[in-house]
Amino acid sequence: MKLSIQINEGPYTHEASTTALNFLKAAVEAGHEIFRVFFYHDGVNNGTRYTKPPQDDRNIVATWSELAEKHNLDLVLCVAAAQRRGIADEGEQQRNGLDGNNIAPGFRISGLGQLIEAGIESERLVVFGD
Amino acid sequence: MSMLHTVNKSPFERDSLASCLRLAVNGSAVLLIEDGIYGAMSGTENSAMVKESMEGISFYVLGPDLKARGISEDRVIDGIKVVDYKGFVDLVAEHDSSQAWL
Amino acid sequence: MSDVKKFLYVNRKAPYGTIYAWESLEVVLIGAAFDQDVSLAFIGDGVYQIAKGQDTTELGIKNFSPTYSALGDYDINKIYVEKESMEARGLTVDDLMKLTWEDEDEDWAEKDSIQVLPAKELAEIMDQQDIVLSF
Repeated sequence: MKLSIQINEGPYTHEASTTALNFLKAAVEAGHEIFRVFFYHDGVNNGTRYTKPPQDDRNIVATWSELAEKHNLDLVLCVAAAQRRGIADEGEQQRNGLDGNNIAPGFRISGLGQLIEAGIESERLVVFGD
Repeated sequence: MSMLHTVNKSPFERDSLASCLRLAVNGSAVLLIEDGIYGAMSGTENSAMVKESMEGISFYVLGPDLKARGISEDRVIDGIKVVDYKGFVDLVAEHDSSQAWL
Repeated sequence: MSDVKKFLYVNRKAPYGTIYAWESLEVVLIGAAFDQDVSLAFIGDGVYQIAKGQDTTELGIKNFSPTYSALGDYDINKIYVEKESMEARGLTVDDLMKLTWEDEDEDWAEKDSIQVLPAKELAEIMDQQDIVLSF
């Protein structure tokens, strides 16, 4: 099946993004196609570059980046939610005159239309949140 | 149409499970995940509500979330099937749509 | 071109205590441009999102409730409110904002967008949806 995922919460504070990662790995293993993973609300914090979790625990952001590369995933952070929470890529940095950017590898920033499109183009949309 | 409902919060914390059961039609499925797994336990104040709903609704609980919380499978209400993440994926594929009760 | 899908936006949280009410409305507005079959459901504390008379001046938070009134202009006119949730909270439809749309098939007659439905009826509508977004 062609499926998309919506994630409403950031890493660690809520289990949402960990559950989504475990679900996504199982879906890929079962041969399903992941059309898009869309991060909304605090979920955009899954795409922040400077996290440094303790060595003995999972590295959520790095796992997203690794999976994105391994499986050619489309990980999208909502631009409005990202701006509100201070996550920026190079494009946002240029457009808004910021002194840097902090997006993690494998993620891109785009509009809410990408979420709606994911719903239209996928056979299933699964939401993880609080 | 057959919908898969996921509930991720404890019925002792939030009304998500109660709302889900009020609004899920017969023939749908409910999967308890994350803190929602406490809704699968027998001998609690919420067990009766869940057991009543089981007549028309298929119940599942995510094993890894039970284990993480130290809840053994013998404490799960009879008739609720324990699934792993592969089972979660299969449930999404087998149903026409999914709804998350957050 | 894909077939039109039934999109349902489910709102179960009160406004202002968290951002979900506002950010979910933002999705609804953007989503309106995609010409899908859109419905909104207000359940549990979500019914408070469309309570009338919201005044946030002393909080310093933006009062986004006027935005609900614009939904009719975006062709979003299926707004379901769960009757049981209203009754549990001692609310009647008079406590809610008056949300309307203009039916061009009936000479632009103004009609109510809000339908207060018992759970049994809302459940049937929910079960028919293709994509359910929860916030």
